[in-house]
Amino acid sequence: MFDKSKSSPKIDHDEKCSGSARYVSDIQIDGMLFAKTVRSPITKGIIRSIAIPALPDGYYIVDHHDILSQNFVKMIYKDWPVFAVDEVNYIGEPIMLVVGPDKAVLETIIANIKIGYEETEPTFGFTKSAVTKGFKKGDVESAFSKAKTIIEETFETGYQEQAYIEPQGMLGYPEGDKITLIGSIQCPYYVKNAVLNCLGYPEDQVRVIQPPVGGAFGGKEEFPSTIACQLATAIAKIKQPIKLIFEREEDMLVTTKRHPSITKMRAALDSDNRVIGLSAEVSIDGGAYIGLSGVVLSRALIAVTGAYTIPNLTANGNVYITNTVPTGAFRGFGAPQMMFAIEMMMNHIPKRLGLDPLEFRLKHLAKQGDLTSTSGLFRDPIIMPKMIDKAIQISDYKQKMEKYAHDATRGIGMSFFLHGCGFTGSGETTIIKAKVKLRKDEHDQVYVLVAAVDMGQGCRTSLHRVVYQTMDLPPQQVTFDYPDTDDVPDSGPTVASRTMMIVGGLLARASLKLKQTWKPGIKQEIIEQYVQPSYVVWDEDKLQGDAYPAYSWGVNVVEVSVCPLTYQVKLEGIWSVYDVGKTIDERIVIGQADGGIAQGVAYGYLEVMEAKQGKLKQKNFTDYIIPTSLDMAPTETVLYDNPFAYGPYGAKGVGELTLVGGAPAVAMAIENAIRRPINRIPATPELIMETLGHE
Amino acid sequence: MNKITFTLNHQPVALELDPSMRLLDVLRDHFKLTGSKEGCGEGECGACSVLVNGRVVNSCCLPLGNVNGQEVVTIEEFAKTKRYQVLKDAFHDEGGSQCGICTPGMIMAAESLLNQNPHPSDEEIRIGLSGNLCRCTGYNMIVKAVHLAAKKGAGLW
Repeated sequence: MFDKSKSSPKIDHDEKCSGSARYVSDIQIDGMLFAKTVRSPITKGIIRSIAIPALPDGYYIVDHHDILSQNFVKMIYKDWPVFAVDEVNYIGEPIMLVVGPDKAVLETIIANIKIGYEETEPTFGFTKSAVTKGFKKGDVESAFSKAKTIIEETFETGYQEQAYIEPQGMLGYPEGDKITLIGSIQCPYYVKNAVLNCLGYPEDQVRVIQPPVGGAFGGKEEFPSTIACQLATAIAKIKQPIKLIFEREEDMLVTTKRHPSITKMRAALDSDNRVIGLSAEVSIDGGAYIGLSGVVLSRALIAVTGAYTIPNLTANGNVYITNTVPTGAFRGFGAPQMMFAIEMMMNHIPKRLGLDPLEFRLKHLAKQGDLTSTSGLFRDPIIMPKMIDKAIQISDYKQKMEKYAHDATRGIGMSFFLHGCGFTGSGETTIIKAKVKLRKDEHDQVYVLVAAVDMGQGCRTSLHRVVYQTMDLPPQQVTFDYPDTDDVPDSGPTVASRTMMIVGGLLARASLKLKQTWKPGIKQEIIEQYVQPSYVVWDEDKLQGDAYPAYSWGVNVVEVSVCPLTYQVKLEGIWSVYDVGKTIDERIVIGQADGGIAQGVAYGYLEVMEAKQGKLKQKNFTDYIIPTSLDMAPTETVLYDNPFAYGPYGAKGVGELTLVGGAPAVAMAIENAIRRPINRIPATPELIMETLGHE
Repeated sequence: MNKITFTLNHQPVALELDPSMRLLDVLRDHFKLTGSKEGCGEGECGACSVLVNGRVVNSCCLPLGNVNGQEVVTIEEFAKTKRYQVLKDAFHDEGGSQCGICTPGMIMAAESLLNQNPHPSDEEIRIGLSGNLCRCTGYNMIVKAVHLAAKKGAGLW
C-alpha cells in the first residue's frame, strides 16, 4: 500500500481495469478498410519482377509509386525507405500494402502476389561500419605506457525485444485535405514530422493522436514513423479510413530491437592497483538501416566508464550495417550493454589480481567534482556510498557473499550504475526545443497541453500531480487528456528519461506563472520553452563536455540459485537503491523500478533472441521468453532524495535507470555461484554449461 | 450450419458462424466487446482471458464451437460485480496496472484463482497468474494486489 500523500490516484486506472480503455485495435470507424504489409522473404536482393493478381473491387495496392514526396522515413539519416523500390535489405522489409475491407481476402491476394528476386551477397557481423564515433579523456597512451598491469577482456550482449504486450498498430482517416493518424506511439511529433516529410503536406494537414498505449519501452519511439508513412500514403491514395495492426509474429520479426554488441576493454593499472587508463572499442549491430543507431552509439560510448571515474580514457565505436532487421531504441539506449561490460570488467580485474572486488570498485566510484567520461563535470552531490551501504544492509550482501563462497548453487551480485537524464549532448536545445502549454478556460479549468505519452509509465498521473500541486488546485480542476498534435505543442518525444525532468520541469514553471498571474473567470494561456542550464557546454562533433544536465544513480543487488544439474537460474531476491533526485509519485516510481529491473535482469539471464544468416530464430512469446510471475523474485526498493536544481521539485530521470543495472547484477550473482567469469549475456544454462566446461 | 448456443455475460446467444472462429474474434468483432485484448494470438500472454464456467481461458485459442452450451463471461460483465470492485481497488492501491493492456486479463485470472482458492499464498498467486504476461510491472505489485483483494474481499469468494 502506498501513502496517499506520496501517491496520487492513477488517472486512467478504472478504464484500464474494466477494458473500456480504447487502444488503437479497439477503435472502429465506419467504412474502415484494413491494410496488410507485403514483405521481403529474403535477406538481400534486387526486385526483378512483381506480378499482382487481378484485384477485386475495393482492394488496392500501395507501394513506392504512391509516395507523394520523399520515400524515406525521416529520423536522422535518409537511408530507411518507406517502401522498398528495387532492392531489399532484410527479411521483413516492407514492399507494399494491400488494402481492402476483408482481412481474409487480403491474405488471399498476398498469397497470389509473385515477386521475383535476384539474391545478392548479404553482410552479417561486425564488418561493414556505417557510423564511427569516439573521444578521448586525459592521456591514455602514457597511462598504458607506465601501467604496472594491463588487463584485457571482451564482453558480448545479444538482442533484446521490447515485448510490449500490445503489438504495433495505427489507424487513420482523411478529412478533406487533412490526414489524421491514431497510433500506438511514444512520440506524436516524430510521427507527424515523418509523415509531413513523406507526403510533402503543409504542417496543418497532418494530425496525430495518441490513444492509450499498451507498453512501448522504446519500441514505439522511431518504428511507428515507418507504419505512419505507409498508412498515410495509403490514405492519401484511397481516401478512406484504414487500420493497420501487426500480429505478434510480424511485430517480433520486423520491429526494432536492442542492439547486439561486442565491447573490448583494456585497463591500465598502476602499482596501487588503481585503474589509470581504459581503452574501449564498442561495436553495435545496427541492422539494415542506421535509424537511431548513431545516437545509441553515442550514449553507449559516454556510458563506458559506468559509475566510476577513470582519468585517462579512449572510447571508440562503430555501428555496423548488416542484412538483418534494423535495431533501435529500447529503454536504456546503448547504456545497458555498457553497464554490463564495465561492471563485469571492474569485477573481474580485482578477482584476477587477488584483490577484494567490492573494495576495488568502491575506490573507483565517481565523486562530485570528478570529470565525466567526456570531460564534463559531475556538479551535483553523488550519494552512492550511502546508497551502497543501504543496499548491502537490506540485502545482507556481505554475509551472503561469505556464505556462498562455499556453495556452488547460490550467488549474489551487486551492480553500481548511473544514467544520463534527457537527450545526449545538445539534442534538447538544437533538435527538440521543447515547449509546453497550460490553458485555463473561463470556468477556471486548467488543461495540460504536452506531447508526452503515457504508455504505462504513468506520466499522465505524475505530470498532472506536478501541475495541480504547484498551482495548489484540487486535482479535478486540472485536465490532462491524451495528446493531439492539433492541440498540444511539441514538448518532445517520450524518451530518454526526459519526461519528468524536462517536460515536468517546464510544466512546474508554467504552473507557477499561471498561479502568479491567475485571473478568475478569464481564459489564460501560458507557454514555456526549454532553456538548457547555462553551465551545460557540449561539443557534438568531438563528444566533449557535459553530455547530460544531470545523472540518476542506482545500486541493484540480485540473488540467484543455480541448479547444479540443469544450470537453470532462479531469482531468489532483488534489492535496489536509487537516487532519482526527488520522487514525485511514489507508486509510479516503484512501478518503474519493479518493471525496469525485471527487464534488466531478464536481459542478463533469460531473454534470448538470435539471428542466423539474417533470420531471427524467435518470433513469438512461445520461443522469445520474457519473465512470468513465477520467474520474478520479490523486490525491495529504497528511494533517496538528492534534488537536482533544474528538475521539478528536484526530480531527475527514472525510467531507464531502473533497467541498466539489472543484467550486470544477475551476471555477477551467477558468476558468484559458479565461480567462473561471465563475459556474455544472456547467461543461459547453455552458456553456464559451456563456461564450466572450458575448465 | 448448426447454430452455436451459449450464454455470454448471462444472456443466451445463438450464432450462425463458423465454429472454427476464435472466440476472441467473435467477442471483439461480432459483439464489439473489446475489453478482451489480443497480445500474441497463441495462448502465451493471457491478454484475451475470459471466464468459461468460472475458469480463466485464453479466448484466442478457443474455437467458437467449443463454447457451445457453456457460460462465457467477459471483463465487461465481470466489471459489474463487487468482486471486480475489490480487485480494481486493490490493483490501484498496490500499483498493479501500468499500460493496462494485460490488466483485464490479469483481473480475470485473479478472479479465477480466488474463486478456487480464496486465500492463496504468494506462490499460489504466482502460479495462478503465470499464464498472463505483464511487461510493465515485474509482477510484484500485481501479486501484492491479489493478496490485498483476498484480504479486503474476504467472504466474497
